[in-house]
Amino acid sequence: MSAMALVTEGERYVVVRRNFAASPEAVYRAHTEPALIQKWLLGPDGWTMPVCINEARPGGRIRYEWTDGKGGGFYLTGEYIELKPFSRIVHVERMHLPDPTPDNHIETTFEPHGSGTLMTMRMTLPDAATRDAMLSTGMEHGMEASYVRLETFL
Amino acid sequence: MTKEIPHLDAAFSALADPTRRAILARLALGETTVMEIARPFEMTQPAISRHLKVLEDAGLIIRRVEGSKRPCRIAPDAIANVDRWLGMLRDALAKNYDRLDSVLASMMTEERKERP
Repeated sequence: MSAMALVTEGERYVVVRRNFAASPEAVYRAHTEPALIQKWLLGPDGWTMPVCINEARPGGRIRYEWTDGKGGGFYLTGEYIELKPFSRIVHVERMHLPDPTPDNHIETTFEPHGSGTLMTMRMTLPDAATRDAMLSTGMEHGMEASYVRLETFL
Repeated sequence: MTKEIPHLDAAFSALADPTRRAILARLALGETTVMEIARPFEMTQPAISRHLKVLEDAGLIIRRVEGSKRPCRIAPDAIANVDRWLGMLRDALAKNYDRLDSVLASMMTEERKERP
């Protein structure tokens, strides 16, 4: 287990960093292989991802659907732009709540760090208001929005 | 999870719009009439009223009748609900990466089995 760092840069960027005790190859695969993604990208306890489409090639589609098993749910769609196994992924994604959120452009890198991997996820939002809204709703997967509270914009 | 808290989907979609966030920021300073809210925006009063309706339907603001005016104020319970939900979400999201740690650990175990 490792602490996650989340920082904002400029008006439109959000950067998340976290270390993992595994090789860049393993961390990369856990981000691109549906059978692995469905084991961890789940959010709250009790939620599952019954639909996980992840075509890990340039132009490939991404579609994740989550459900709480009680009729609640939402989904995410996206497209891959660039992939460099096992070091770099560039893709675009948006949440559907059900209206789509503005596109979130994300570059994820996996670098050897000690005996493990440093993952850096750099998100680029269309503008400052979108970024603030995203942080406020905390909808970005895997993001620990611990310092983010509604007061950000109130 | 979201079922426990009323209006939550509506609250988040209401908050997704920058004009509505600006209106909430204005209302955070205190109860205000539609005319006063509309002043700093380059928008007609009916356009502002539509935004207020969305905020009201989402339970984020409360409007009362005072003669011909309908002053608006922030609904404190709704804000507390959103905040409480964010707390739950924050905890839930932190679990994603903790779960990924476990997935990676089992991947490595399998790899060792395959390549003794």
